[in-house]
Amino acid sequence: MRSVYPYLLVMAAVTYAIRVLPLTLLRKPIQSRFLRSFLFYVPYVTLAVMTFPATLTVTQSPISGAAALAVGAVVAWMGGGLFPVAASCCAVVYVLELLL
Amino acid sequence: MERVQRMTYPAGAVLGGRTLRPSAFFAGVRAGVPIGLGYFAVSFSLGIAARSAGLTAFQALLASALELASAGEYAAFTLIAAGASLWEMALMTLITNARYLLMSCALSQRLSPDTPLSHRLLTGWFITDELFAVSSAQPGRLDPRYLWGAAAVAAPCWSVGTALGVLAGNLLPLRAVSALSVALYGMFLAVIVPAGRKSRVLAALVLVCFAASWAAAVLPLLSALSAGSRTILLTLVIAGGAALLFPVKEEADHA
Repeated sequence: MRSVYPYLLVMAAVTYAIRVLPLTLLRKPIQSRFLRSFLFYVPYVTLAVMTFPATLTVTQSPISGAAALAVGAVVAWMGGGLFPVAASCCAVVYVLELLL
Repeated sequence: MERVQRMTYPAGAVLGGRTLRPSAFFAGVRAGVPIGLGYFAVSFSLGIAARSAGLTAFQALLASALELASAGEYAAFTLIAAGASLWEMALMTLITNARYLLMSCALSQRLSPDTPLSHRLLTGWFITDELFAVSSAQPGRLDPRYLWGAAAVAAPCWSVGTALGVLAGNLLPLRAVSALSVALYGMFLAVIVPAGRKSRVLAALVLVCFAASWAAAVLPLLSALSAGSRTILLTLVIAGGAALLFPVKEEADHA
């Protein structure tokens, strides 16, 4: 495996460029409706794709991973914020893996 | 997007509700406290992912201080673990963080036109989902000091939490690591599920993503790709398809 630092440098440079270029250069909204729509959907698609099925493999048992997914989805649906959702997912896995 | 995020942090708890002049920074600090708490828990889980990828605590601290993005960093760690090329890293970072481009555009409309370049450069560093959400909820022109105040609390929580995740991930029992590993996915759910509740299109989109992602992990040809490449491919195809089929109305991301 090569050094981690070149990766971190590339990651930081690309991320900062994305964040700061529109803020400094663009004074008008993006005109293309397709591009605006694409950018609107990107976060949801990326997060959803990364969530499933990875949640099933990150825990010691796919059952606890699936339970965390279900409980997290319910808490989020009921309006739980970042912290309650994350905490309830952890709690479910911890309790289930004590029992399993 | 902004409307969805606002649900996460009750406006009454964090917002003054009027134009803040000298105290904008401290109003931001107050808004930053609940964000920082959430960040701490999630970044701890991110630190565990960093440890699995072979990063040291210092490298994880550096990564979080430099990037400040959960999905982007998580994707980056999987690429580092897979020994991907730097081009893959650049492309993956571009894809996972593309949403900040849109947020940056939105915020550029909210700043006073005579905001100095140095203020813009500093503000851009701290555009995250949550900091963007509380900043967008500010009425009228955005005083960048508000965002800096929130970031002054939230960003250190994020970096320190990631480093502690690497350190304590080594000490904690396997069961605790297993439990904390799902915190990150919990945070992803906290973003996508409330959005799906508000919009049928987004709800269907999330289910399509789950199905496609599962299929890609199982099907012979696609499963040969790295997890990172699959994420890039699926994001381009699904978000592109959604943009073609369901173009977003103009006010959707406007504060």
